[in-house]
Amino acid sequence: MGWLLPFDNLLCMALGISFTVWFTSLLVFIIVPAILGVSFGIRKLYMNSLLKIFEWATLRMERGAKEKNQHLYKPYSNGIIAKEMSTLEQEIQELRSSSTTLSSEPEFEMADIMSFCRRGVESIVDDEVTKRFSAEELESWNLLTRSNYNFRHISLRLSVLWGLGLLIRYSFLLPLRITLAATGIGLLVVLTTIVGFLPSGRYKIHMMCYRICVRALTAIITYHNSENKPKNGGICVANHTTPIDVIILANDGCYSMVGQVHGGLIGVVQRAMVKSSPHIWFERSEVKDRHLVAKMLSNHVADKTNHPILIFPEGTCINNTSVMMFKKGSFEIGCTVYPVAIKYDPRFGDAFWNSGKFGMVSYLLRMMSSWAIVCSVWYLPPVNREEGEDAVQFANRVKAAIARQGGLVDLLWDGGLKRGKVKDTFREEQQKLYSKVLVGDQEDQAEDRPLEFSTLRGVVLVKTIS
Amino acid sequence: MGSTNSTLSKIPNVEELMRETGFSPAHIVRLYDRFESLDKEKTGHLRPEDFGAINRLAMNPIGDRIIGAFFSSGQDTVDFHSFVRILAHFRPAENNRPRDPSLPEPVNSRISKLKFAFQLYDLDKDGKISRAELLQVLRSMMEMQVTEEQLESIADRTIQEADLDRDDAISFEEFRKVPLGDTLTLTQQRVASK
Repeated sequence: MGWLLPFDNLLCMALGISFTVWFTSLLVFIIVPAILGVSFGIRKLYMNSLLKIFEWATLRMERGAKEKNQHLYKPYSNGIIAKEMSTLEQEIQELRSSSTTLSSEPEFEMADIMSFCRRGVESIVDDEVTKRFSAEELESWNLLTRSNYNFRHISLRLSVLWGLGLLIRYSFLLPLRITLAATGIGLLVVLTTIVGFLPSGRYKIHMMCYRICVRALTAIITYHNSENKPKNGGICVANHTTPIDVIILANDGCYSMVGQVHGGLIGVVQRAMVKSSPHIWFERSEVKDRHLVAKMLSNHVADKTNHPILIFPEGTCINNTSVMMFKKGSFEIGCTVYPVAIKYDPRFGDAFWNSGKFGMVSYLLRMMSSWAIVCSVWYLPPVNREEGEDAVQFANRVKAAIARQGGLVDLLWDGGLKRGKVKDTFREEQQKLYSKVLVGDQEDQAEDRPLEFSTLRGVVLVKTIS
Repeated sequence: MGSTNSTLSKIPNVEELMRETGFSPAHIVRLYDRFESLDKEKTGHLRPEDFGAINRLAMNPIGDRIIGAFFSSGQDTVDFHSFVRILAHFRPAENNRPRDPSLPEPVNSRISKLKFAFQLYDLDKDGKISRAELLQVLRSMMEMQVTEEQLESIADRTIQEADLDRDDAISFEEFRKVPLGDTLTLTQQRVASK
């Protein structure tokens, strides 16, 4: 056993040195700049090189597919449903074998049912609402198996590249990020506790810790229109995709959070945060009491030295392709509302939290093993409730502004549909529309009420359902 | 490689399913993801309530009948294979190839599509669309917007035009002869392009 000893020393030394080097470089390149708010631009470089690699990968897959004389599955250009944006009237006109002179007598043909049938089956395969509750499909592959339908067309070279990517992500990036996250949270708890002992005042240690956490996720964030940043004594509303939204916004400003009191690690963090600036944490029993909630929010807002409250009115996580109904509670308080639009770039890692599919821990691990989280944040100009506008209209106005800015589809549906059902009144609307077509009500056809606006990649289509 | 290949291997008899329905592997995986997202309780089967969660379908006046078409053989659950087989009706028909009469009718041929449409009307499955069944369909499509007399006159006129053997009902043969033209296949072709 004696011959092991010199190796033992060498091993210890080697480990010690590499650990020191590792930690020092971490400190110098990541933690200190985070504390000071400086950036070296490493992440932008990383992002651009990744994009080039993804393009190359997709080209190779297309080439592979062409050799086999097949087509790649692309959700928007080559998906399961060949989307054609015709309204119900146009379709039925097409179906009518007789001439299109609409008489005053309601006409019916057996083929009319086909139109409804097709729409029905299309909605079974893919519909506008339930698809918002699962991750967005990508046109090109980003070297993550979790987002690939065209796996059959992957050549050897691509597989090697994928393997390399896997290695880098799990053995280098993941431990790095976990270390950073632990550092960030640890610092947050320690420093806020220390600050709690000092004379009361506001200290900006939050931002420092959030900056470390942002680097822990390799989040590359672009803030637009910072002149509209939320000011004290207001409410900030944003679309909700993931709990990480909080970190992304708090990276650039101080907010007061609203939420339920949790136990465990999150509870510790919550209590720590309260020591340095006021947040609004509710007990589980208080959440149901809407008046109490509204009162606490109003009190907070009334004090003009308090930070703006951060609220996500959708109430649940949506997959960042659309904005769903805003709950009116936060719009009833009567103070200035600062809308913020957050749009993630799904090519580097899908930030959407599918709470039915993944728990919090596996979600965070997925986040930390993606390439990066790239997003854009737009601060929209502050709005106030206008005369004669009720809370629901105000909420819809804000929602439309956010959807337009972020390039998201503005839906009237409730995010609660994740778990619930739809009302019968909507079915009557469809029946009304169909009978109008039959009866040939010419004037009514002109005033079709648009129920959905889609802004698909810059092309604006107006879909009429009713 | 990775998660999508393992999705395909999770599905039993997937090769046969692809051959029978003509869906590509990518489409099968996509449909499986959809099936799983509709099957919220992870039972491996879909029940009528799971379809009811699709609000666009709930809004559709004949939504119930379409759902019924998935549960046609009297069962109250549908597994992934049946799900895909029914959706396969809507794939574009391959009209050019001369068909070998000894092979079974392809699932997306014109006849199969017509049969599917026929069963949306023929609820009691007796092979004929009676006047009462036609009225039921008309009622569900137009309900409160037209009067009962108007509904009845539409039903009468439709049967008059289509009913050739004067038995006051429309059989499948008569249904085929209704001037639906190629528009029938065209609309249903829009689901599952290549």
